[in-house]
Amino acid sequence: MTASGTVSGTALGKAALPDKVHAWPGLLRIEGLVTLVAMIVLCVWSITIDAPLEEPANPSITPNPAKAPWYFLGLQELLVYFDPWIAGVLIPGFCILGLMAIPYLDVNPQGNGYYTLKRRAFALSTFLFGFFGLWIIPIIIGVFFRGPGWNLFWPWEEWDIHKVVSQNNVNLSYLLGIKGYWAEAIFGLVFLGAWFVLPPLMLWQKKAATNPTIKKMGIARYVITAFLFQSMMLVPLKIFARLVLHVKYFLVLPWFNV
Amino acid sequence: MTGIKEKPDTEKQDLTDHIAQSQIWKSIFRHGFTDTQRNRVLQMTAGFLLHTRPVRVWTHGIRLRYTWGAGGLTFLMYVVACITGIVLMFYYRPVPEYAYADMKYLKFDIPFGMFLRNMHRWSAHAMVILVLVHMLRVFLTGSYKKPREFNWVIGVCLLTLTLLLSFTGYLLPWDQLAMWAVTVGTNMARATPFVGHEGPFAEFLPFISPSFDARSFLLGGTLVGPGTLLRFYVLHCVVLPVVTTFLVFVHFYRIRKDGGISGPMKALEEES
Ligand code: HEM
Repeated sequence: MTASGTVSGTALGKAALPDKVHAWPGLLRIEGLVTLVAMIVLCVWSITIDAPLEEPANPSITPNPAKAPWYFLGLQELLVYFDPWIAGVLIPGFCILGLMAIPYLDVNPQGNGYYTLKRRAFALSTFLFGFFGLWIIPIIIGVFFRGPGWNLFWPWEEWDIHKVVSQNNVNLSYLLGIKGYWAEAIFGLVFLGAWFVLPPLMLWQKKAATNPTIKKMGIARYVITAFLFQSMMLVPLKIFARLVLHVKYFLVLPWFNV
Repeated sequence: MTGIKEKPDTEKQDLTDHIAQSQIWKSIFRHGFTDTQRNRVLQMTAGFLLHTRPVRVWTHGIRLRYTWGAGGLTFLMYVVACITGIVLMFYYRPVPEYAYADMKYLKFDIPFGMFLRNMHRWSAHAMVILVLVHMLRVFLTGSYKKPREFNWVIGVCLLTLTLLLSFTGYLLPWDQLAMWAVTVGTNMARATPFVGHEGPFAEFLPFISPSFDARSFLLGGTLVGPGTLLRFYVLHCVVLPVVTTFLVFVHFYRIRKDGGISGPMKALEEES
C-alpha cells in the first residue's frame, strides 16, 4: 500500500498484474474535472452560437443545394459516383455490418490494449483509410465545397447558380470498344467478378502456405475479409474511374447498374 | 492530502463531525468522510450511484492519454441531450401548425428557451463527433480484441442509434433546413432493393408502389409531411432513447465483465 492509495500487484502476491487504484478518488476526480471542463465549453458554445432556424418548412420551395445533415453528407457525396441504392443503402449497410465483423475477422492477438503501428499495419491502415478517406473527407467536401447543382465551389467563392459543368460520362465497356447489350453486360460481370476474385485468390495462392496470419484466419475468415476489403476499395476505384476516365458504370444490367 | 489515515481523527470535534455523526446523515451515507482505506471502499459500495462502478480500477485505464475520455464524454453529451430534451418537450408540439411557431416561442418568449435549444442541439452534435472519436480510439488501441468483441458490436449499434437520434431530431424544428435535409436523407430509401419503389428488383414485388414501400413506411406518406413529423417525434423522444439507454447500460456492464478497460499487461497475460 503506497501513500497515494495505489494497490500494487506485488503486495497482493500476483506479480504480473498491473497496478490498480481506488476509483474514489483516482478515477472520479478525473471524471469530475473532465465533466466540468466539457460543461463549460458546451455552455459557452450554447451562449455564443444559436441553433439554426430558417424559413418555415415549405414543400413547394426546394433549396439549392438541399443538403442532408452533415454526418450523412459523406453518403450524399457518394451519390455523385454511385446510384442511390448503392450510396444510400448498400454502402451504409456494409459499413455497419463490416464494422461489426471486425473483431471476428482480426485474428492478430497483438496490439490489444496499447497504441502500436508496427504490429497491426494492415488493420490500422485499412481502418484509417476507410475512416478518414471514405468517411471524414467526403463529409468535409460535402459541408464546405458543394454548392448549387451539387457543383464544387471553394468555401470563399460566391455560389453561381448558373454554373454548368459539362459531363460526358460513358460506360467502361464503351471506353474499351465493346458494343452490344449482352456483350457489355457480360463484360461488366467479368470485370466485377475479377475485381472480387482475382486479387484475393492470387494472394491466397502465394501466401496461404507460408503466411502465419492467413493460416490462422482460415478460409472462411479470409474470404469474408477479402470480400469486405474489395467492396470498400471499389469506392475509391469508382471515384478514380469517374474523375480520371469519366466512367459512368462498370456494369450495366436490365435490373441495376454499378 | 498526505495519504490514507487508518483511523479517523476522533479528537477534533467540529461542526462537520457533528453533522456526520447525526442520525439523518448516517441514515443516508452510512460512512464518514475521513480519508481512510475503509471509507474509500464504502464510498463506492454503500450508495447506489457509485456502486455501479468498481472499487478499484486499472491505473493505466484512467489515463486520459489512453482513453481520451471520449466514451465518457459521449455519455455526458447523451445525458445533457436527454435532460434538455425532456424540458423541450414541455414547449414543443409535433404538428406542422405549431412546431415551427414553438421554435419562435422558445427563442423570443420562454426564459432561457434559446439557451435550452442550443444546449440540446450542440450536445447532440458533440455526441456524434465524440462517438466517432471514441470508436477511433477503441480501434487504435485494439480494444475490440478478445474478450471485448461483443462490446464492440454493441458499440456499432450505439453509433447507428446516435446517428438515427440526431437525424430524427433534425426534422422537428419544421423549417426549410429540416424538411429538405430529411427529404434528401430519406429519398435514398426509395432505392432500397426489393422494398423501395425505385430500387432494383422492386418490379418483382407487385405490391410495392410510391405509397407502399420502405420510404413511405418511414415517412408515413409519400412526402415529408405531418405524418412524418409525428413519426420522427415519437422515434426521437421515445423509441430511440429507450433502446439507446438500454444498450448504453449493457455497454457499461460489459466493460466491467470484460475485465475493465483494456491494457497491455492483461493482454499479455491472456495471450499466454
Ligand atoms: C452512445 C455511444 C457510446 C457510449 C456512451 C460509450 C461509452 C463508453 C465508455 C464510457 C467506455 C469506457 C472507456 C472510455 O471512455 O473510452 C467505453 C468503452 C468501450 N467502447 Fe464505447 N461508447 C459508445 C459507443 C461505442 C462505439 C461506437 C464503439 C465501437 C464501435 C464502442 C466500443 C467500446 C469498446 C470496445 C470499449 C472497451 C474499451 C476498452 O476496454 O479499452 N463504444 N464506451
